[in-house]
Amino acid sequence: MRDYVIRRLFLVVPIMLGVSFLTFAIFRIIPGDPCVIEQGFGATPETIKACREAHGLNDFWLQQYGNWVWDIVQPVLGSNAFGIDVGAKIIPAPKFDLGTSLTESDLAVTTELERRLPVTIELMVMTMFLALLLGIPPGVLSAIRPGTPLDWVSRFSSVLWLSIPQLYLGILVITFGANWFNWTPPQFGRGYVPFADDPWVNLQQFFFPALVLALGISAVIMRLTRSSMLEVMRNDYIRTAWSKGLRERTVVWRHAVKNALIPVITLIGLQLGGLLGGTVIIESLFNLNGVGKYTLEAILRRDFITVQSLVLMFAAVYVLTNLIVDIAYAWLDPRIHYA
Amino acid sequence: MAQEAAVPLEVTEKIRPRISPVRRALILSRQHPLGVMGLLFVGMLLVAGLFSELLAPYDPLANNHVTRAVGELTSSIGPDDKQIEVANFGAGANSVLDVDNEKMTVYYVVSQSGRTAVLEVLRGNAGTTKESHEAGTGLTSTRIDKLSGPSMTHPFGTDAVGQDVLSRTIFGARISLLIGFVAISIGVTIGTFFGVLSGYFGGVVDMLIQRIVDMILAFPAVVLLLAIIAVIGNEDSNVRQFLADSTPIPQGTFLGVPKFLDVFVVALGIGLAVSVATARIVRGAVLSLKENVYIEAARAMGASDARIMWKHIFPNVAALVVVLASVFLPIAILAEAAISFLGVGVPYPTPSWGADLTGPNRDDALEGYWWPVFFPGLALSLVVLGFNMLGDAFRDISDPRLRGGMGAGGGSGSGRGGGL
Repeated sequence: MRDYVIRRLFLVVPIMLGVSFLTFAIFRIIPGDPCVIEQGFGATPETIKACREAHGLNDFWLQQYGNWVWDIVQPVLGSNAFGIDVGAKIIPAPKFDLGTSLTESDLAVTTELERRLPVTIELMVMTMFLALLLGIPPGVLSAIRPGTPLDWVSRFSSVLWLSIPQLYLGILVITFGANWFNWTPPQFGRGYVPFADDPWVNLQQFFFPALVLALGISAVIMRLTRSSMLEVMRNDYIRTAWSKGLRERTVVWRHAVKNALIPVITLIGLQLGGLLGGTVIIESLFNLNGVGKYTLEAILRRDFITVQSLVLMFAAVYVLTNLIVDIAYAWLDPRIHYA
Repeated sequence: MAQEAAVPLEVTEKIRPRISPVRRALILSRQHPLGVMGLLFVGMLLVAGLFSELLAPYDPLANNHVTRAVGELTSSIGPDDKQIEVANFGAGANSVLDVDNEKMTVYYVVSQSGRTAVLEVLRGNAGTTKESHEAGTGLTSTRIDKLSGPSMTHPFGTDAVGQDVLSRTIFGARISLLIGFVAISIGVTIGTFFGVLSGYFGGVVDMLIQRIVDMILAFPAVVLLLAIIAVIGNEDSNVRQFLADSTPIPQGTFLGVPKFLDVFVVALGIGLAVSVATARIVRGAVLSLKENVYIEAARAMGASDARIMWKHIFPNVAALVVVLASVFLPIAILAEAAISFLGVGVPYPTPSWGADLTGPNRDDALEGYWWPVFFPGLALSLVVLGFNMLGDAFRDISDPRLRGGMGAGGGSGSGRGGGL
């Protein structure tokens, strides 16, 4: 098991390198100089030259990529680019310097990320929480009471939530919330309010975007939970549990659900990748200054340094979730062994 | 003996009566009402997309005007009168209005439900003689019929520039259909090609293709699409230049779709994304297919690799490819909507469901004009709902054991679309 995890972790490196290089290559193909886009109509040949010089865009392309990678892995003593003191005064740790974004302010990507990551992480955590809450109990209930109105309602609503695109659902929430209930989408004029500062305002800001994202995922979770429960409930050990005279609650929640949720775990892992994409849409719709909106803005600006940093992060999340899912699998089902 | 043998034959006849295909379809449709509903929605997409010109009451790009009576003259006016008196004007009071003789028009300022609009009434055509009017002549005002709510003339209302939302929604079906068809054709063709190649040859080819697929799958789908389309859709991108100059794909309106080339480029981007997933799945199927004895037999008979792949492998993955195409179709339609919504997809005047959900329409929606975003989004949702319900019904029919339980494959497949 330990060897398997280590081997998988080593595989992360080529994938991350490949993904970031692919992004770098794609954005070097795009015509349109980021320096020209950044300066707009006020650009003069001198300022563009200075900008290109400052961001090292005049270097040989392979060297540009190499410099970027070196700044990330370069071992440093003390605190890294995120300002986090990794406690490595003696042993050097990676610097994690992701470069400076190609905007007027020339902000370091890490500075932007520090500001925006909490927003996206909170959005994703809340989404997952809501999705599980709205997905698993209805799935289980509809499987143990097939054919009842409850089953019918949860199945139909799952098809419905699966079909309504998140962007449309978000617009409906904003439009009809504003027009009928006089509810305005959380204004980020006052900025992101951390949960620790004011939990009530924070939840107001995040509830609806998270709900819109969660409904679609909950539908997928519900459907899989239902079919997986139906399968499990036919097993012999469930019949044994019934014939032992156990209460329904024990049979269902103790014996069946635990096994039925194994495929659901994989699904949740897969959904996390899609969720990152979903944040791009929802954050621009609800005007949340998170990583998703940052990605969209960076792509539109041809700010490839930022985009490749973000994609690197996304790829890391994707690869690590897959690894965690595989490990969770072996942990949940003792029959699975990784050599 | 002969008689005894005839008895069981009769029994089997009774057990399995022959059902005509029509009757069979009727029975199936009674068992799966949701599937029928799905079929209906998908059918509506097809009809609306194919016959947009016949169904749409207006040109989807036309700025519709509305002519309204704004009052009538209380006294006759001559060509040089500087002022006119109008009855039933605006709120009902008689008003004295100044006439701008230079432009030969009358300017009114009307307050309509709190908003101020400048109306313009022509008193003769510019450059011709000024007209005289009798007392009692009705004055009309023609203006862009903007943001009028659902009515008999415009069942879905009009948007901020007076475009008929119903017509735009109907033409949006054509864009969706076109994007779906082009993207799926491109994606499935490229994906199957590399999938078969990768699965059949194995070794270095397989390793190379699959590692690239790994990398691309590590991108979130939306980010990947945005990046691809930002690259190839750019005004001076090589791909776009090539398509414009060296292929017969028209840049202007084609098949009733304005800016056809830009729509095609979006479809191409989605197709490339689809091809990656297709390649992975087809490769898996080919891996088990190539172990079959008939492949070995073909090789023993001296068939070339190309011939084996084309004549023996491809026909066997064709069914899978058709299924994949039907699964990816709604996902492609959703993807187009998502990237158009984010402002990278189909460019503005082209009626696209996703693009209509954003921009000025979205700002208007916040002020209470909900119809320009409501109906295109509803159409998009119904189409996806239709595909999902149809897919569920097919799964139920092919695997009755699940009794309405939705399989993992379909669940995660559609979920990916939902993620977009």
